[in-house]
Amino acid sequence: MATTNPQTAKIPVWRDERILKWIAQIAFTVTIIFFAELIFSNMAEGLSQQGTKLGFSFLQGAAGFDIAETLIEFSRSSTYWQAFLVGLYNTLLVSIVGIIFSTILGVILGVARLSTNLLVRWLSAAYLELMRNLSLLVFLIFWYLGVFLKLPRVKEAIIWPGEIYLSNRGIVFPWGLPTETASTYRTILLVAVLAAAGVGFVLHQRGKRTGKSPLTLLWSFGVFALIALAGWFFLPTAPYMLEFPYVDGLRIAGGKTFTPEFMALASGLTLYTAAFIGEVVRAGIQAVSRGQVEAARAIGLNGFQTLRLVIFPQALQVIVPPLTSQYLNLTKNSSLAIAVGYADLFYVSNTILNQSGRAVEMITLVMLTYLTFSLLTSLFMNWYNQRILLVER
Amino acid sequence: MNRKTTTLFALMVVIALVLGACGSPTPADSGDTAPIVETVVVTVEVPAAAPAPLPVPPAGYGVTLATVLERGVLICGVNSQVPGFGYIGADGSFSGFDVDYCRALAAAIFGDSTKVEFRAVTAAERFTALQSGEIDVLSRNTTWSTVRDTELGGNFVHTTFYDGQGMMVPTSLGATTLADLEGGTICVQTGTTTELNLADVMAAEGISYTPAVFEDADSTFAAYAEGRCDAVTTDKSGLISRRTVLANPAEHVIMDVTMSKEPLGPMVRHGDDQWFDIAQWTVFALISAEEFGITSANVADAKAAPASPEVSRLLGNEGDLGLKLGLSNDWAYNIIAQVGNYAEVYNRNLGPDTPTYIPRGLNSLYTDGGLLYAPPFR
Ligand SMILES: N[C@@H](CCC(=O)N[C@@H](CS)C(=O)NCC(=O)O)C(=O)O
Repeated sequence: MATTNPQTAKIPVWRDERILKWIAQIAFTVTIIFFAELIFSNMAEGLSQQGTKLGFSFLQGAAGFDIAETLIEFSRSSTYWQAFLVGLYNTLLVSIVGIIFSTILGVILGVARLSTNLLVRWLSAAYLELMRNLSLLVFLIFWYLGVFLKLPRVKEAIIWPGEIYLSNRGIVFPWGLPTETASTYRTILLVAVLAAAGVGFVLHQRGKRTGKSPLTLLWSFGVFALIALAGWFFLPTAPYMLEFPYVDGLRIAGGKTFTPEFMALASGLTLYTAAFIGEVVRAGIQAVSRGQVEAARAIGLNGFQTLRLVIFPQALQVIVPPLTSQYLNLTKNSSLAIAVGYADLFYVSNTILNQSGRAVEMITLVMLTYLTFSLLTSLFMNWYNQRILLVER
Repeated sequence: MNRKTTTLFALMVVIALVLGACGSPTPADSGDTAPIVETVVVTVEVPAAAPAPLPVPPAGYGVTLATVLERGVLICGVNSQVPGFGYIGADGSFSGFDVDYCRALAAAIFGDSTKVEFRAVTAAERFTALQSGEIDVLSRNTTWSTVRDTELGGNFVHTTFYDGQGMMVPTSLGATTLADLEGGTICVQTGTTTELNLADVMAAEGISYTPAVFEDADSTFAAYAEGRCDAVTTDKSGLISRRTVLANPAEHVIMDVTMSKEPLGPMVRHGDDQWFDIAQWTVFALISAEEFGITSANVADAKAAPASPEVSRLLGNEGDLGLKLGLSNDWAYNIIAQVGNYAEVYNRNLGPDTPTYIPRGLNSLYTDGGLLYAPPFR
């Protein structure tokens, strides 16, 4: 479009800002590639002097070691690649658990910071200050050695109501053991989810049409729960049978075990990140101007409605971007797992690195994985920002 | 829009790097031609009249010694957490069997056993430290195995301590065999042969167990002391050593089972045969000195009046064995005078008068029914 502009046509190439910018970009790229090549060839030369070659085929070799906590089938004869996946899934598990609980706790802390009650306000401020000044590593080791390993030994395990066993081998809960109807029940659950989504969609559309705002989430959840419950009792035998933990020789068998390593890492990450999420939430709420609240009251919304329909939607726009980066922080911080012996991505990769001697390959793999986490997060953030822009009109 | 392009660009650079990493043929090619094969440099006694062409030294040959001499100090990777083998005292000084080997090597090179700098490396760090040249030699209760000798880019010099993997339990547990540990949890350290042997042995014997794996000896044994696991496993020497620093050593027993062969010894990088020879013959000098009855106390007398031609060659009176290694001719004399012979090194760190006493067993001279046997000095 701008090509017809006679003014730009006169500018000589060496003074055309657009071209100069491009040249700068290209020069920058070339420099980066040059340095990357320098580093790479230096490394390749060093490796070849020792007779090692780069490549990822070693990942198909047998691992030879055992891992205690795995979400997939794993034994000493599994491959290095499977070991890597075990680590990846463990990282995802502890991150997701950490994200859920730190969000809940963080919202509570954030709201508490704005409470009218002085003590509550002061306590949550003190909590933030404490976490800010603490090293996460020390905090994790404290949880591990100072809390979870201080629980009694297996034989003297504390038993909480509901048959929950607490010992220094972990916390063991009763857990559902699938019976022969379990797969049918899973289908029923799927139907329940679809029905809930359908109800949600219909209500949402109606809300848009009528201008009334029904409690969409509540209704959807109700539908889901109803179908799930009905299905459970409709089946001839219950799809899951509760299995209670019991002491069996040196271990606590049955039920579901959360190891001290997992517990220490999950609690440490949760409590630490919650403090920062609390700050994000407080800032978000404070960003909504008082006028909005007053206006909401003036048109007759009650306290809850004000929060749900006026404050939250607006606060969320401010909260979500920094919140996502807190989630990313939590995920990256989970690599401190190595300090408490939890088999996360970084820890397992380190073991593979040591047993196979493939330092360059493993470090590359680990970096790429964490980079993928970061890129996915920023993709989400971009998508979210764009959506908000649309809503704002 | 702008942000998207940046992201895309970052992604492309990364992909380019990775592709480069897998696809570049250059390292592979040079890897094939680089003469890192155990080329034996044959030094033949040639009559002076007909000088034969000297064998061309392979690339890397002599680089390490030159670097060390120029630096003026040997950098040795050692343990800092295993008393008797490699341990860092309250004053920051290192002591132990593996540490004394480094001192012997420094004495051979510089004629001064103090010209050595110690770097503490954990089991997991050690091979990278050696590969990357951060240390000149690794002397840290390291087991000789095929993968380490090949893929890990190192060469084992010689076994200095014959060991085997053991299992330690609290006395109160009453366990005497591995089968008694059925269903139990076992503490073990990552990056070791120990974690691999454990998996092997338990699978072979059909015993189910849960590993609890830690980063270094301190955290492994701290977890064991807290009762995180029913038993802890590592080299028997490591168990004996670490038991001495447990709160109440008498409450722990080492089971009478040997789960593996653990030949421990120093390791050097691939690609420098001269350095390998120096490191190896330092071990042989220590062993031979014991065999010939030469100690730090009598080495001066032995040099003044050698009991045999071989002793004379060892101590540098006759021939030029030291020069052939690229060292001075009194290299072995310096080792013995400043550090002692094998028995002296052993007894100083692991003898009956130390807390970490380990009977010599396999680590006796072949003449005493052990496995220590050095090739002739000639
Ligand atoms: N010999 C075995 C195990 C050697 C090993 O690392 N032992 C442990 C347990 S005694 C140790 O020395 N740890 C001390 C540290 O990590 O600093 C190997 O070479 O893999």
